[in-house]
Amino acid sequence: MSGGAFGTEVTAAGVASSVLQVALTVAGAPLLVGLMRQIRARMEGRAGAGVGQPWRDLRKLMRKKPLAPDGTGPLFRTAPLVQVATALMVAAAIPFVSVRTGLGGAADLIAVVALLTLGTAALALAGLDTGTAFGGMGASREMTITALAEPTVLMATFALSTRVGSTNLPAIVDASLKDAGRVISPVSVLAAFALAAVVLAEAGRLPVDNPSTHLELTMVHEAMVLEYSGPDLALVELAASMRLAVLLGLWSALFLPWGTATSTGVPAVAGATVLFTLKVGVLGAVLAAGEVFMAKLRLFRVPELLAGSFLLAVLAVAASFFL
Amino acid sequence: MNGSADTQILDFACGLFLLAAVGALWRRELSAVIGLLAVQGAALAVIAAALGADEHHPELYAVAAGVGLLRAGVLPGLARRALAASGEDRESQPLVNVASSLLAAAALVLLAYAVAQPLARLDASPGARALPVGLASVLIGLFMLVARRKALSQVAGFLLLDNGITAVAFLAAAGVPLLVEIGVSFDLLLVVLVLRVLTVRMQSAFGATDLDDLRELHD
Repeated sequence: MSGGAFGTEVTAAGVASSVLQVALTVAGAPLLVGLMRQIRARMEGRAGAGVGQPWRDLRKLMRKKPLAPDGTGPLFRTAPLVQVATALMVAAAIPFVSVRTGLGGAADLIAVVALLTLGTAALALAGLDTGTAFGGMGASREMTITALAEPTVLMATFALSTRVGSTNLPAIVDASLKDAGRVISPVSVLAAFALAAVVLAEAGRLPVDNPSTHLELTMVHEAMVLEYSGPDLALVELAASMRLAVLLGLWSALFLPWGTATSTGVPAVAGATVLFTLKVGVLGAVLAAGEVFMAKLRLFRVPELLAGSFLLAVLAVAASFFL
Repeated sequence: MNGSADTQILDFACGLFLLAAVGALWRRELSAVIGLLAVQGAALAVIAAALGADEHHPELYAVAAGVGLLRAGVLPGLARRALAASGEDRESQPLVNVASSLLAAAALVLLAYAVAQPLARLDASPGARALPVGLASVLIGLFMLVARRKALSQVAGFLLLDNGITAVAFLAAAGVPLLVEIGVSFDLLLVVLVLRVLTVRMQSAFGATDLDDLRELHD
């Protein structure tokens, strides 16, 4: 059991690699969103606004005057900060570039999932705080989807951690780096499909939610953030893109761990950084290309998708016992 | 025994087998269900071949080829033709909705695992450990027979059930005697042919293949 090696030690180099991961996520997440929009635009025969457009939008929004609707409380104002803070924390915890992160034993898969859910819950509360019909509707839908996705995450986590004997993320990634057969086993493949559906649901992508729509009947995430403007909206957008990057990064760390550095040497970390950027970029490109051919599921069909992913996660747990 | 290529192939085929059974319950489009049945048949053939390689039974290769031909080729082909003749492409109103039937399938898989434990304890081979896969397919097939209303969905449920039984036979005892296997396969072919004729007759009599329409007997 290799979990003990990751238990307590927190080294300066580990902290440095965590800081690198956070910086990479903040700088790269809007670029990832820009890349995905650009790919989508090109495949639909449009010119597209360019990969840097999300950053330009953020800069423009940051310069505007902060403005909050009448009657909203501190919850409305702090929710974007909570979301950004949880995304930053998660980016520091998941072993993107090196399994020696600065968080040691605290980098737990269950803690990571809980942090992401905390961000979702904060934004849903902010949606309710505005008191508008759309905010409440969006919050209710978002919480429904989250509540259905959460059991899948826990089951898949269980399936991945039984073989390692630890829910510590660096320990799981380290074990699969040392034994490639672990990644290409039925358990891991089933869990990969289950978590892929959850990543789509949590990041608010097609077929669960359409990130580019403002149609009343279908929007989920956009309905909650309808009342935000200026710097607050910039934070919400940044948090949403970081969330997507972090979820794709988590998926790639669990199921495509190759290239992640097991030491904190500069060449290994530099190579791992390039590889990680490539992996997340390719995953995002595949997702964007897939979305061109996909229609949004009706809201009442979403539970079917998530029940299916839950079943896959249960099968992954069962298979870890008999296969 | 652990980690050998045969065992890995067997594990993967078992995983695919189970995934196909679950997928058949998940999808509403009947053509997709039939495609998944073909995948399951192919996985069954791979299971038989992997067991043949593992336990050095050359005749299992012949059985694997026969199973693959029948269950991945002929039976899905017949079902596909019946589907084209019936003109219905979706299971529109299952008795149990899809989300609940998926949760039921999760429970059935766990039940299969619990039931197979005493059997798996008798023998430590990788095949015996994978026994719950076959039992799970039997249970899921039975559930599909109960919960679906279209004649073709019921054919699919029946085939899932039978694939499961065959998988259990392979995994537990490296297959039944060749003569029995041929007899069972022949019966299966006849059943699917009869059900196909039934589908076509129902289609011409009622204009639909919903088995709930068959409530009373006529002379």
